[in-house]
Amino acid sequence: MDGEQVLTAPVTIEYPFRRTTGPVIGAFMTGLREGLIVGIRGADGRVLVPPQEYDPLTAEDLTEIVEVGNAGVVTTWCWIDEPLEGQPFDRSFAWALVRLDGADTAMVHALDTGGDPSAVHTGMRVQARWRPARPADVEADSKADDGGRYREGHILDIECFEPVTDSAGAIDQLAADQEVAR
Amino acid sequence: MSEITLPASLQGVAPVKSIRTPASLEYQYSAGRASSRFLNNVAQKRLVGQRCPTCLKVYVPPRGSCPTCGVATDEDVELTDNGTITSFCVVNVPFMGTLMDIPYVSALIVLDGSDIPIMHLIQEVPYDEVHPGMRVEAVWVPDDEIGATLESIRYFRPNGEPDAPFDSYKENV
Amino acid sequence: MRDVAIISFAQTRHRREISDINEVEMLMPLMGEALAEAGIAKERVDFVCSASSDYLAGQPFSFVMSLDAFGPWPPISESHVDMDGAWALYEAWVKMQMGKTDIALVYAYGKSSPGNIRRVMSRQLDPYSLGPLWLDSVSMAAMQARLGLEAGAFTEKQMADVVAASRRHGAANPFAQLGGEFDAGALLAEPEFVSPLRKHDCPPVTDGAAVLILAAGDVARELSERPAWIRGIDHRIEAAALGVRDLTRSVSTEQAGARAGVADGPVDFAELHAPFAHQELILRSALGLADDVTVNPSGGALCANPIMTAGLIRFGEAATRIGRGDGDRAVAHATSGPCLQQNLVCVLEGE
Repeated sequence: MDGEQVLTAPVTIEYPFRRTTGPVIGAFMTGLREGLIVGIRGADGRVLVPPQEYDPLTAEDLTEIVEVGNAGVVTTWCWIDEPLEGQPFDRSFAWALVRLDGADTAMVHALDTGGDPSAVHTGMRVQARWRPARPADVEADSKADDGGRYREGHILDIECFEPVTDSAGAIDQLAADQEVAR
Repeated sequence: MSEITLPASLQGVAPVKSIRTPASLEYQYSAGRASSRFLNNVAQKRLVGQRCPTCLKVYVPPRGSCPTCGVATDEDVELTDNGTITSFCVVNVPFMGTLMDIPYVSALIVLDGSDIPIMHLIQEVPYDEVHPGMRVEAVWVPDDEIGATLESIRYFRPNGEPDAPFDSYKENV
Repeated sequence: MRDVAIISFAQTRHRREISDINEVEMLMPLMGEALAEAGIAKERVDFVCSASSDYLAGQPFSFVMSLDAFGPWPPISESHVDMDGAWALYEAWVKMQMGKTDIALVYAYGKSSPGNIRRVMSRQLDPYSLGPLWLDSVSMAAMQARLGLEAGAFTEKQMADVVAASRRHGAANPFAQLGGEFDAGALLAEPEFVSPLRKHDCPPVTDGAAVLILAAGDVARELSERPAWIRGIDHRIEAAALGVRDLTRSVSTEQAGARAGVADGPVDFAELHAPFAHQELILRSALGLADDVTVNPSGGALCANPIMTAGLIRFGEAATRIGRGDGDRAVAHATSGPCLQQNLVCVLEGE
């Protein structure tokens, strides 16, 4: 073996963590398991989604969990042609910030348009595509994570967002939002 | 923290209290020049340290830098595979990945000619007879299993020599 | 407030991959250069602060090994930030304000080549709602860019101009990884990478390191002919959640810049840590820099982006230029967290 040859070796670092959620993130995850999305009312009355324990500006405790809609508006997006390992799809998709009906802040998730970037635009209406609920006769899987088949209380209980096929509604929404932004 | 209030749709429903978030990341480590040179030498059944030009100490395994002077250590120094135990511990608790029978001894060994100890296993001696000053020699794996790894040395065992005088290794205690 | 100055700086020739040597071997010559430029032996340094990322290195406490490059014997007073070296500089500055130290050595390093930097950076995100999605740094910057473009905060042409200027400056910088003459029109004709960002709007993947020495008051005057004095320094952080912030402006940079006193005098040039082209435009606006202020005469992070180091390099590049008389008053900036979440602003001045 050449004495000057620089040696390399592959190493995999794994973090098999289970994280406790506390009551606020716990409520968000419980909602996801139940097939609904919740936020929390901020100090100024805005509904923050996902919910946070403390107000981002005043730092006071936040306590009022509020249910928001399953559908909303894309406020910005980007297109991924070559997904990285672990991302929600292994084919091209969009990331989007989605402001759900009843929420005042947008949350990030994947947006699936079947690989067509021309189908994505700011202002379009999208809705959550849910994993199925766990049937009553199937045991809860304590080892379930992003590979889980059923909703267990995880961000991927929402598989992704997908377009709502209501184009007229989308145009109205975009105009309405631009008004709000001003 | 204050009590939270839930919407009707979440009242009376068993709450989620934790989530699994496994993550794994892959890397391709480079050993760098000094470590590669050391390991390539081990593959030739040679233990080679490096000497600091300023303080003249010999380091093994070398890392290319003297940890006290912060200068490059370029001079190779060939060492024998015999040394002196300066400290040791007896492991009584099995942990993930251990292949040894419990209890076993893990020791710090200053190889002859070097100034800092390496860590390795001690076998072929009852664990309660291991002591600082004990003289030991390496037991290598069969020649066809030798590679660029310190696992090419299976363990160290007593070499039969009388104990090293304390003065000869007191700098390392 | 105690006067503190940057008196010396050394950096690697940044490359896509520095795999033949390890972190210690990468840092050692820089330690020697920085100490030699300051004209001191390492024993005169009374505080060492390092910056690196364990997730990037794939090893906890990875920086402990790197101290061998300094030679921590007799035992030294040292600290570490798992952040960009600019924050190690800030910690050293605070310690000097407390009177605890007169000469501090700050170093930073990052090797992106062993792992996948975009995946590694996802570990800094909210572990409940974003971590499991493996949302990557380029995607977040791309969403920020689209928000800005659609709001009219900046244009694609302006982004291309930033890249062209950066690469031109990079060509004149022997330490930069990238550089060259590029026409903005030709850049705009390139395909999108992560829409709306093109590849050149994103930072390169880089391995590199830097070492910088700070000194206080008369010690700085003794050791340097023209120290780069820190006249003002401040850092602010915004909320982590992307949807809660206005991503088209950098409120934390506005605040830090005001507290650092950027507007208190003329700015001859600015070294801004903007890993993405549109972020330079956001930062320029946040700091109120006039159009004729040269930004990133070094080429900036778009020409070399060693993680945890690129911010410290902005300080070193600015101080070096002041030291040789290429300007009297400059702004150095560093950022941390996705989409300019946290920002550190500093005003540097030659005497």
